[in-house]
Amino acid sequence: MGFLTLTVALPIAGALLLLVIGNADGRRDAAIRWIALGVSVVVFAVTLIVWAKFDAAADGMQFVERRPWIPAFGISYYVGIDGISLLLVVLTAFLTPIALLSSWGSVERKVKEFSIFILLLEAGMTGVFVSLDLFLFYVFWDAMLIPMYFLIGIWGYDQRIYAAIKFMLYTMAGSVLMLVAILGLAYLHSAANGVYSFDLLRLYELEIAPQTQFWFFLAFALAFAIKVPLFPFHTWLPDAHVQAPTAGSVILAGVLLKMGTYGLIRFAFPLFPEAATYFAPYLALLAVIGIIYGALVAMVQPDMKKLVAYSSVSHLGFVVLGICAMNVQGMEGAVYQMLAHGVSTGGLFLVVGMLSDRRHTRLISEFGGLKNVMPRLTAGFLLITLASIGLPGLNGFVGEFLIMLGAFRWDPRFAIGAGLGVILSAVYMLWMFQRVYYGPVTNEKNAALPDLQPREWTALAPLVAVAVFMGVFPSVFLKPMEPAVQAVVQRLQSVQSLTVEGERRMELLSPSSSK
Amino acid sequence: MLNSSFDAIVPMMCVGAGALVIMLAEAWRDRDERMPLGVLALIALAASGVGLALLWNRNATSFGVIVADNFGVFVSLVLVAVGVLTVLFSSQVIERDGLPAGEYYALLLFSIVGMMMMAMANDLLVVFIALEILSLGVYVLTGIRRDRPAGTEAAFKYFLLGAFSSAFFLYGIAFTYGVTGSTRLDRVGAFLAARSMDDNPLVLLALGLLLVGFAFKVSAVPFHMWTPDAYEGAPAVVTGFMSTAVKAAAFASFARVFLSAFEPFSADWIPVVWTVAAATMIVGTVVGVAQTNLKRMLAYSSIAHAGYLLVGMVAANQIGKAAILFYLLAYAITNLAAFGVVALIGTRERANDELQDYAGLWHSHPALAALMTVSLLSLGGLPPTAGFIGKWYVFSAAVSAGYYGLAIIGVLTSVISVFFYLRIVVMMYMADRTAAAPPPVSRAGMAALTAAIVVILYLGILPTQVLDLAAASIATIF
Repeated sequence: MGFLTLTVALPIAGALLLLVIGNADGRRDAAIRWIALGVSVVVFAVTLIVWAKFDAAADGMQFVERRPWIPAFGISYYVGIDGISLLLVVLTAFLTPIALLSSWGSVERKVKEFSIFILLLEAGMTGVFVSLDLFLFYVFWDAMLIPMYFLIGIWGYDQRIYAAIKFMLYTMAGSVLMLVAILGLAYLHSAANGVYSFDLLRLYELEIAPQTQFWFFLAFALAFAIKVPLFPFHTWLPDAHVQAPTAGSVILAGVLLKMGTYGLIRFAFPLFPEAATYFAPYLALLAVIGIIYGALVAMVQPDMKKLVAYSSVSHLGFVVLGICAMNVQGMEGAVYQMLAHGVSTGGLFLVVGMLSDRRHTRLISEFGGLKNVMPRLTAGFLLITLASIGLPGLNGFVGEFLIMLGAFRWDPRFAIGAGLGVILSAVYMLWMFQRVYYGPVTNEKNAALPDLQPREWTALAPLVAVAVFMGVFPSVFLKPMEPAVQAVVQRLQSVQSLTVEGERRMELLSPSSSK
Repeated sequence: MLNSSFDAIVPMMCVGAGALVIMLAEAWRDRDERMPLGVLALIALAASGVGLALLWNRNATSFGVIVADNFGVFVSLVLVAVGVLTVLFSSQVIERDGLPAGEYYALLLFSIVGMMMMAMANDLLVVFIALEILSLGVYVLTGIRRDRPAGTEAAFKYFLLGAFSSAFFLYGIAFTYGVTGSTRLDRVGAFLAARSMDDNPLVLLALGLLLVGFAFKVSAVPFHMWTPDAYEGAPAVVTGFMSTAVKAAAFASFARVFLSAFEPFSADWIPVVWTVAAATMIVGTVVGVAQTNLKRMLAYSSIAHAGYLLVGMVAANQIGKAAILFYLLAYAITNLAAFGVVALIGTRERANDELQDYAGLWHSHPALAALMTVSLLSLGGLPPTAGFIGKWYVFSAAVSAGYYGLAIIGVLTSVISVFFYLRIVVMMYMADRTAAAPPPVSRAGMAALTAAIVVILYLGILPTQVLDLAAASIATIF
């Protein structure tokens, strides 16, 4: 069993182990929490070993494993990683133990089932990032919805059922059209080469007619745009993020949203480069609208969790913009921003969750002057906030800077729009921070709140540390992703250079211009 | 020429003999004597299963009209599996509701005989006879709870509409015979293929009438009206049986008649079936969303699933034919498991089949809720379950035949269907218990459910072997 299989199989094995532990009256809750945490820490250790063994200079996929699965249709269990997926796998494995730890204070009901679903979720997310077979990818992509649905629906807040169903249907509606496109790709492969194949690397080499690319790209892009979420497909996100339990929000914001942007980089853009070139300006426009819209809506939120949720819409807009720029800076910035956002927004949700555990409210107006009561939590939150804003020296800066650079090289107008978003993000984050932490303690209930507990320290400290580390030593992360990003960009640009004419072809074929 | 080999009918004779023994045993039973009639039924089904396994790859033929080719054997094996699961669910229900066990099991087995015959029939008249055998058994089973007016009403409606559809079907046979001079499918096919009869209105009439007959039996829109009433009125365990076994048998025959004998006319019937398939998927899911009774909801869901099977018919290529077989298996096991849960949590006085009755089931019956969830996810077509592979297979057939539109309708309706399957999950896991907790579940019922779920997950995770079997099943005939 290779390392990648291990990272997928270990959480599943852990979940099965928990399943057979009898815990009818909740008396083994503590043991279950420790087992789940232990499993997720071991998975994280495995991913670190993978990173250590990863050859940052090499091209192509590494740690490849391949076994036939449904040979009649050319479907195989085919996994492998390049620099982009490596970092996302590590991010997933890094955030899962933190999410589990965050639940120790807040989830008291049905701990066993909760832990099982978190572990299954981890397996599903890792599976999405390591799959190189489109069928396998789709299976993980869809299967992962089930544990998330239960996490929101059972352990969420008041509107949880509505949010859970909305999350599930919204994401499924996007992804089923992608399924049709995947089947279409496999069929095209069989028409061209005589055999079905869902092998991503072989499908990359397929010559696809512009008309077909047009539709297939739309199907893929819709699935990923909903997941990201790109404006105007973002309406599921505030509901899901706000209603989910803290652990769910951390994983949703930290990892799940990245599945959308990862899908754009890995599948939608390189599979259909001509269509991607054609659609990139439109996607970038939506991304910039999302950046500004998300920031403006975040500014007026009375609820901290909702504010952080909308800030995700804004930050993910940057990622999409970087991808659409289709140059090395933009793409590297996008991947970096994905990691940075995972760490800092995960941290924001964590701290908001801690406040909400203490006061059972998340309204900004209920707080004020917390700095006087809990200085340590304030310090942690401040660092995470600054990281999220993109202060130089912290993780958010590197990604945003690279994205702006890439966008500027491509089309300065987009960069200007996005720059407005950077300013706005400072406004809404700092304003929220000021109202919650500075000034006198206005609400008596806040006067005696306990500061960070040891367990909370363990959850928050790694996030803060990584946020600083990523800001100071970005090359540690940029180096392994470079060959992978280069490969994607080269693929896109090779088409771009010969598509002055291609673009015109696309325009002729698009339905809006056909008579 | 008459081939007098009896090999091909051995499996149905096993089941038929079991039914006769059960009837006789019931007749000689003392008033309060308890007889293991269910066990007898299981033995008969197991014997039949062994017989079917031995017939694999033999292409045995009896009297020229019953053909135990791999296609028929595959479908019959599905029927045996459905029968075994139904018997296991039934024991608790029969005892609880005070149903007449002898009649119940005998009718169940007789209708399975009819179904197997239908799946293997190579002659339109034999198809008709088989159809009647299976229908009569199922009509009676529908109304077997005589203390329930709803059951009687359902049986009566089902009987009347079924009789209508039989008449359509019979007319179709008559016209086919009138044009081709035979009712044997191979001869009909050869005749139609040899002559160019594109404009012969009689063939089109025959085609249309047969199509209506089959559409009734598989409850395709617009011939689905009887389904919700019949499914809701019948005892849940019978509904489970009807919605899976009858559909499997009818689809087997449908595929055999339309994809072999009337294959030369596919250009004429494919557009019609395309429309029917689209309408069936849409109506089944959209109306299903509005239901609050679980049996009715699952009835509409089974209509929608007939639509997905029709997609395989429309594709009419090798993938489509194999997809129909795989889908039938996946659907039969999954749907039966779902109805099994509905049947097992009822009581004699209350069927417990309203959505509200499932509130908080997780707390009182955690295992049952988990099993129900897996089967609902499979019905909704989510990985890693049999339902996902089935849908993937059907839609890849459609895409490879160029029917992107149908595939898109299919995937979108399955998202809508997930909505109402999730409503049940929401009730079980996220709502608080309001009604009294349902009774405990019998060991046989639990074993059957667990076995069904294991099969669902097996087909969802390691489908290769069964996919290959399905592909091998169609190789021999089409």
